[in-house]
Amino acid sequence: MTQTKTSNQTHSSATPRVVVVGNGMVGHHFVDQLTAQQPSANITVLCGEGRLAYDRVHLSEYFSGKSAEDLALTTMKHYQELGVEVHLNAWVESIDRDKQVVITQSGLSVSYDKLVLATGSYPFVPPIPGHQQAHCLVYRTIDDLEQIEASADSSKVGVVVGGGLLGLEAANALKEAGLETHVVEFAPQLMAVQVDAGGGRLLKDKIESLGVQVHTSKATEVIETGDRCRYKMCFKDGETLETDMILFSAGIRPSDQLARSFDLAIGDRGGIVINDHCQTSDENIYAIGECALWQNKIYGLVAPGYTMARAAVSHLLGDSTRFEGADMSTKLKLMGVEVGSIGDGHGRTPNSLSYVYENQPKGVYKKIVVSEDEKLLLGAVLVGDTSDYDTLLQYCLNEIELPDNPESLILPSTTGAAPALGADALPDTATVCSCHNVSKGDIVSAIDDGNCELGQIKSCTKASTGCGGCAALLKNVVDSELSARGVEVKKDICEHFAYSRQELFHLIQVGRIQSFDDLLNQHGEGLGCEVCKPAAASIFASLWNDFVLQPDHVSLQDTNDTYLANMQKDGTYSVVPRVPGGEITPDKLILLGQVAKQYSLYTKITGGQRIDLFGAQVEHLPDIWKALIDGGFETGHAYAKSLRTVKSCVGSTWCRYGVQDSVTQAIELENRYKGLRSPHKLKFAVSGCTRECAEAQSKDIGVIATENGWNLYVCGNGGMKPRHADLFATDLDTPTLVAYIDRLLMFYVRTADRLQRTSVWMESLEGGLAYLQDVVINDSLGIASDLENQMQHVVDTYQCEWKTAIENQSSRKRFRRFVNSDSADSNIVFVEERNQIRPATEAEKKRMASSDERIKVVDVTEQSVAHTKNLQPETA
Amino acid sequence: MNDNWNDVCGTDDLIKNSGVCALINGKEVAIFSQLTVANDSLQNSVYASENYDPIGRANVLYRGLLGSVADKTVVASPLYKQRYCLQTGQCLDDDSVKIDVYPARVVNDRVLIKMDTAQ
Repeated sequence: MTQTKTSNQTHSSATPRVVVVGNGMVGHHFVDQLTAQQPSANITVLCGEGRLAYDRVHLSEYFSGKSAEDLALTTMKHYQELGVEVHLNAWVESIDRDKQVVITQSGLSVSYDKLVLATGSYPFVPPIPGHQQAHCLVYRTIDDLEQIEASADSSKVGVVVGGGLLGLEAANALKEAGLETHVVEFAPQLMAVQVDAGGGRLLKDKIESLGVQVHTSKATEVIETGDRCRYKMCFKDGETLETDMILFSAGIRPSDQLARSFDLAIGDRGGIVINDHCQTSDENIYAIGECALWQNKIYGLVAPGYTMARAAVSHLLGDSTRFEGADMSTKLKLMGVEVGSIGDGHGRTPNSLSYVYENQPKGVYKKIVVSEDEKLLLGAVLVGDTSDYDTLLQYCLNEIELPDNPESLILPSTTGAAPALGADALPDTATVCSCHNVSKGDIVSAIDDGNCELGQIKSCTKASTGCGGCAALLKNVVDSELSARGVEVKKDICEHFAYSRQELFHLIQVGRIQSFDDLLNQHGEGLGCEVCKPAAASIFASLWNDFVLQPDHVSLQDTNDTYLANMQKDGTYSVVPRVPGGEITPDKLILLGQVAKQYSLYTKITGGQRIDLFGAQVEHLPDIWKALIDGGFETGHAYAKSLRTVKSCVGSTWCRYGVQDSVTQAIELENRYKGLRSPHKLKFAVSGCTRECAEAQSKDIGVIATENGWNLYVCGNGGMKPRHADLFATDLDTPTLVAYIDRLLMFYVRTADRLQRTSVWMESLEGGLAYLQDVVINDSLGIASDLENQMQHVVDTYQCEWKTAIENQSSRKRFRRFVNSDSADSNIVFVEERNQIRPATEAEKKRMASSDERIKVVDVTEQSVAHTKNLQPETA
Repeated sequence: MNDNWNDVCGTDDLIKNSGVCALINGKEVAIFSQLTVANDSLQNSVYASENYDPIGRANVLYRGLLGSVADKTVVASPLYKQRYCLQTGQCLDDDSVKIDVYPARVVNDRVLIKMDTAQ
C-alpha cells in the first residue's frame, strides 16, 4: 500500500499517470468518465476522508433512515474492477511541481503526469465569539451528520445559522430528529440566492407553518451560556435566542489551501483559477468542482462540477469539450415545499420585465422575468408549485420564443391542460438531463440506435438517473420521438402477449382456456410477468370463477390476491371483512374488536363503511380469518380487483327524508356482485333520497332512490381523478335495475383494458354514454341475455375464498412464514401511537439498532393483549 | 459434500412458479421454483435470493410474482414492482441496486442452498 513510487518511469508512456486528489462526487465523476472513455487509464485516487465518494445531494436522507452505505456512489471493489488505485485517509500535504510528485501526510509519494485537484469546499463558519463550543457544528459530511445525531440526542432546541438551500436542508434534519428548530438568517429573506423577495416571503410562511421558526435580518454577535438551554445567541438588535445546539450553514469556501501553498493562481476571494479546460496556472494540474474558480465564479452545485469533470477528461484525451459556465437553475423540495429557480429570477438584467402570480390561500408564488421585447425568458422563481419548471427551463435555456401572452405560462389554466411546451418543440440541443448533460439530440440518437424503451434509453444515455427531476420530460421526449417515427404506441399487454386485454379475454373465452400454461403455450412466449399473470387470473375468474388459490392459479396472483389480504409497506397485511351495506351487528363489532385485540392489530374505519385491521403477519392470517369466519364474517375482497363495497345511507327505515329502503338495496347488490373479478376495483353506493348522503354519484355504480323507484348513475369515480357519474336510467324497478347493472358490468369486464376504471373505460368507448345506453338498455349488440347469463354464472359460483382457503390444508401451507422455522420476521417492528401499534420508521429502527438507545417497542409475538415493554430488538 | 450447502426443505415445500421463504443462518432467503418445458420434458429450476427488498425495505421478495424479461428469470417485488434478475440479483429497474443470489439445487427431493456461514 505505501510503497514509494518514482516519477520517471511513466513520463513517456502512452497513457499518462493521472492522480486525482479528492474523492467527492465530482472527483468520482471524473474517474467514472475517464475510465469509461479510456479503460486503460492509469489512475490513482488520493482520498482525504476515510470514505469513498457518497451522495451529498441527498445527505439529509441519512436522517430518514438511509445509511452511509445507501449514500455511497462507489466501492473499493468497483474501483478495483476499473483498475483504479485508491488510497483512503491519504491527505495530500505537498506538491512538488517540478518533479511532478504529490506527498501525503503519511509520507506516501505518488508521481503524476497530470494532477487533478477535486478537493471540494468546506463550510464557512462566521467568526462569532463562542462558535467553537462542543455543540456548534457544521453540515457537510457524513461524519458531521454523526456528530449532529449525537448532539441532537442530548438537545431539545436546535438553531441553524443560514437560511440558504443547505441551511433549510439542515433545519429539516433537526426537525426530523425531533428538535424545536429555528433558522437564523442574516439577510432579510430565505434562499436569497435563488428566490426573490416575494418568493422568500411565501417560503418563510410555508416553512413556519411546518413548525420551524424563521428569524430573518438577524446578525449574531456572540454565543453565551444559556439560562434554559445550553447556549444563548445574542443578536445585534438586542434580541436573544436560547438553544442547545447550533448548526452553521452560512455558505461554502473552496478548499484551495494546497493550491495556495504551492503557488497556483488563486482568486481574490479564494478558489483555484481555471481555464475552459479546467487547467490551473500549471498546465499539468487541473482543478474541478467547488474548489475551482472559473471566470471569477465558484459553482456550488453538483451538475456544473460534473460538467467540469467531463471538460477535464475531454482535454486529457485530446477532445474538444470545454467548460463554458453552467446553468444554476434548481428545482427542489425543502421540507415538502417545492422551490424552483431559473436563470435571472431576480430580474437584474437591464430593462427586463416581470410577471408575478401569487395565490396566498394555496401558498403558490410564481414569477417570470422576460426580455425587454418579451420574446425571451430570462428567469423564473417558483414557490409552492414547480410543475411549470421543466417547461420554463426549456424556454430559458434554449431561447425559445415566448408565446404572445407570456403570463399564460404561469397562470392557472381555466380551460384544462396547462400550456406545456411539447417535446417536439424543443431543439436537439435542448438539455433534458442536466445532471448527466444529456440533450434531446442524445436521446434521439439513442432511439436511432434501436433503443425503443424508456429503460434502455435511461441506461445508455444515463438521462434521469441523477436527481430524477427530468423523468417526466424524458418520457415526453421519448414518446413524442417514437410516435413521430410511426412507432405505434402498442396496446400489447406486455412482452409475453402481443394482445390487448380485450383480445386476451376473447382468446380465453373462445378457446375455453383454463390455465395460464395453456394460454402461454397457445398465444404467448416466455414465462409471463407481473403484468400478464394477474390479468390472465382476473379473466379466468371472470369467465370460469374457479377458486383463486387453486394450484394452477396461485402463481398468477399479485401478493394481495395470493394471501387474500392487502400488503402494507412493512410486509404485514391488512384484513377487511365484508360488511354489506355498512350494516353490522353489535356482536360482530365485538368480535372484530376481540380479534384485533388478540392479534394486536391496528384498527381503522374505512371510507367504504367497514373496518380495516392492520399489522397482521402473514402466518397469522389463517387463524385470524378462522376466528372471523366462525363469527359469521366473509372476505371483503379489499385485496382484489373486484367489488369492494356498496355504501349506503340509513334510508327510509329510519330517516325522516328517505323515500326507499337504501340499506336493503345496498346489501342485496353487494351480495349479488361480491367476488366478481373485474379489470379494476368497483365501488357502489345507494342513497335513500335525493339528498345523496351515500355519495353515489362518485361511484362506478350509483343508485339513488326516487318516489317511483331507483335512478341509476354509472361510471363515476372519486380518488385521484374524480368524475361525476352520468345519469343512465331513471325510476327503475329493482329487477330492471339489476339487469342493467349485470349487463353493464359484464360488458366492462369483457372490453376494458387492464386496470382501467369504469370512468376511463366509458370515456374511451366510441359514442360514450349514448353508446353504452344503446348496448345495455336497447340491446343494440344483441348480447344482453348473454351478459346476464355470464353474470348469473359468477353469482351462482360465488365462494368465500377465505373459507375455502382455511379449510384446505395445502392452501394453508402457503401462509407459513418460513419453510424451515417457526420464527417471525425480525424486520417487522411496531411502536405505539395513540394507544395502537404502528410500524416503526426506518429512523426508529436504526436508532434501536444503535448501541444504547432503547425505544418502546410493542411486542406482538405473544398474541396476547397488546402490551409494551422495553426491548432490544435483534439487529436487522 | 461441501459444508456451505444447506439442506433447507423438501421439494414438496416449494410452490410451483412461485416462492417460499427459509431462514438460513439467521438470514431470510427467498426460494423460487420455476417450471419450464424444454425438449418436451418438464424442468424445475430452483432459484434462491435474499428475501429483503432493498427498495421497499421489507422482507417480502418471496411473495413477488415470477416472470421473464427476454431470457432472464425475474421476480417482481410485491411492494413497488421492481424486478430483480434471479440469475444475477441485478435490479432491472435501477442499475445501482443488486440483491444477493445463492446457488440452489435439488438432490433426492431435498432443496440445497449454498451460503457462506459467515453471512
